Amino acid sequence: MFGWFKRNDLGLEKSRSSWFGRISHLFDRGSIGDETWGELEELLVLADVGVNTAAKLVEGVKSRARQEGLTDMSGVKAVLKQEMVEMLRLPSLPQRDDSDPQVILVVGVNGSGKTTSIAKLAYTFTSQGKRVILAAADTFRAAAIDQLQYWGKEVNADVIAHRHGGDPGAVAYDAIQAAHSRHIPIVIIDTAGRLHTKFNLMEELKKIKRIASKHDMTAPQQVLLVLDATTGQNGLLQARNFADAVGVTGIFLAKLDSTARGGIAFAICDELHLPIVYIGTGENLQDMALFEAEAFVDAIL
Amino acid sequence: MLEVLTQKLTGIFRSLGKKGKLTEKEVDVALREIRLALLEADVNFKVVREFLSTVRERAVETEVLQSLTSVQQIVKIVNEEMVGILGREPGQLSLSHQPSVILLVGLQGSGKTTSVVKLASHLKSRGQNSLLVAADTRRPAAVEQLKLLGEQQNIQMYSEGASAMPVTICRHALGKAKQMMADWLIVDTQGRLQTDEHMMAELSDIKDKLEPAEVLLTVDAMTGQDAVKIAQEFHQRIGLTGLILTKMDGDARGGAALSIRYVTGVPIKFMGLGEKVDDLEPFYPDRLASRILGMGDMLTLIEKADKAMDQQQLKQWQKKMNTASFDVEDTLAQLRQVKKMGSLNSLVEMLPGFSQFASRLPGDAGESQLRKVEAIILSMTPEERRNPAIINGSRRHRIAAGSGTTTKDVNQFLSQFYQIQKLTRMMKRGRLPKGMPGISFHQGHSR
Repeated sequence: MFGWFKRNDLGLEKSRSSWFGRISHLFDRGSIGDETWGELEELLVLADVGVNTAAKLVEGVKSRARQEGLTDMSGVKAVLKQEMVEMLRLPSLPQRDDSDPQVILVVGVNGSGKTTSIAKLAYTFTSQGKRVILAAADTFRAAAIDQLQYWGKEVNADVIAHRHGGDPGAVAYDAIQAAHSRHIPIVIIDTAGRLHTKFNLMEELKKIKRIASKHDMTAPQQVLLVLDATTGQNGLLQARNFADAVGVTGIFLAKLDSTARGGIAFAICDELHLPIVYIGTGENLQDMALFEAEAFVDAIL
Repeated sequence: MLEVLTQKLTGIFRSLGKKGKLTEKEVDVALREIRLALLEADVNFKVVREFLSTVRERAVETEVLQSLTSVQQIVKIVNEEMVGILGREPGQLSLSHQPSVILLVGLQGSGKTTSVVKLASHLKSRGQNSLLVAADTRRPAAVEQLKLLGEQQNIQMYSEGASAMPVTICRHALGKAKQMMADWLIVDTQGRLQTDEHMMAELSDIKDKLEPAEVLLTVDAMTGQDAVKIAQEFHQRIGLTGLILTKMDGDARGGAALSIRYVTGVPIKFMGLGEKVDDLEPFYPDRLASRILGMGDMLTLIEKADKAMDQQQLKQWQKKMNTASFDVEDTLAQLRQVKKMGSLNSLVEMLPGFSQFASRLPGDAGESQLRKVEAIILSMTPEERRNPAIINGSRRHRIAAGSGTTTKDVNQFLSQFYQIQKLTRMMKRGRLPKGMPGISFHQGHSR
């Protein structure tokens, strides 16, 4: 839709020179040796997949290759791809009726790309003709409100904002109220970046979520964790803590246009069973896509 | 910081400790564990490999294996090698002509704008003044952000809005810095990917114009294996003089720092340790290596305490205690001093041997307790603070309701307060050594 996938393909094309790209090269050789498995594991670790998940992937491929008597590299590559897709494919969110009002709460650590990702998300809705309200609930970072207001204008979405230093819960509440009275179906709540280890800030996030459900018990329908694709193994801890605190429904993998390929996504899917829902692939508003496991693996390998 | 790695290594060496003399095979078992820990800490794969081969070479030397303290020997080798990678001298900023220019570069979201202000505030506390330059004209509201942060800290900032050319802005800013006799000119630049040709060209343009004394790369402590590539790219294109490792107050293990230092040789100069402006610390490699190996970091803790404690206030308290006129108002001031020192967890973590416990504390238990006490005091009238004896049942109810606590909490606080007051009276009569719970620790370090 809206040429997302085309752009997305382009964004990921660059990655072939990355670690995953080098995995692909590994398979250009003729035959498999013991050192091939070692190298494969090494390259997966270099792609931030993580030691455990990399070992698990390699073991899976190795045993299947043995069982199926595979000797050629292209066969092994196909099996690796299948195993990777398998790992990434998690039950996605229930399809929502488009007319449903929905509240999307966006959370993440500092600098992960929340505000830009929200702009992209809002743009996909407004370009489908849906109206969107953005809630500027990042009242902490200097000029965060200005930044969201800028994007609001760009994507033609209403922005509900209080003053800097105000109560983020109150902003969320007002935004949902405004959506209700203006009959606007979608509310996206921007929150201040916070490290997942800060107890008080995580409590604040829980409070924002509670307030968001005051009008409608089912809200927020989505809680998206924005994760920087260059993040290493700490991504797993981030996802775990945010999921524990506010019940993350999915990951928005941002900055996937970098040379790192977001290998941490594999670990998160494997260990936490949290689905990747969206990916951000560039600096333009259109540079995002719904995550699809096959397309993703095809693009990186 | 680096606590997970610290825990792991401590665990490994403790289990090794039981074995006494080590065989070559046992050394390899330990090294495998260290390898895993380092990889999970996001230390670059290749760096890990080279690091371990050096450690192994030294560890299997016969005299080490036969030594009765072989475990300690291995710890010592790992520590030495780690310090070797991190660099042996604490990072300092180099001055050039006046003003000395600091250029901050880095990926988007790595913490440039925040670091610019933290750096200026750090320099200000040493009596040097800075002019900040908003040369990130690309990210919406970046100029606005720097302006607000600068205003909060009373630090001057130069901008020409978002439509001017960054190079032009920088040239004008340099002129203004000279005019106002600023010691430093600190430039916030746009953050994009290391592969972005346009950004690199712009940065190298700015660099040519300003001839900065320092080009600092901000690196997110949470960065994965790609950290080396990112740093290399920046280093090759614009020549880095140092790193600022940001977001070290979380549980990121910061292996990226080790890798970047190893591969590029660029020293780590500062670490960002929180959201407050003064949460920036000079980077001391030996301290960090010690911390990685579970030896704690007493020096940082002491410095932090020194910085946060208002010396004058300390004297005032001592005087008050001597006259036993210590009231609730003083408790509040004292409590705020403790809060200024940072989270209790991060303090506990820096104590030798306590790093394992830090993560086991229920959240920020101590901190929420402090917050509660502060709320209770703030809900008391000035009269009640001076003379808590007047607090009767209905006042108790009012204070509890006002502070969002229970009357039980209020009672608990009051009884604690009376205890402290009693202590101070006893002290006055010379029955206890000088100092009291809560501030006795800091007194040892008065300047």
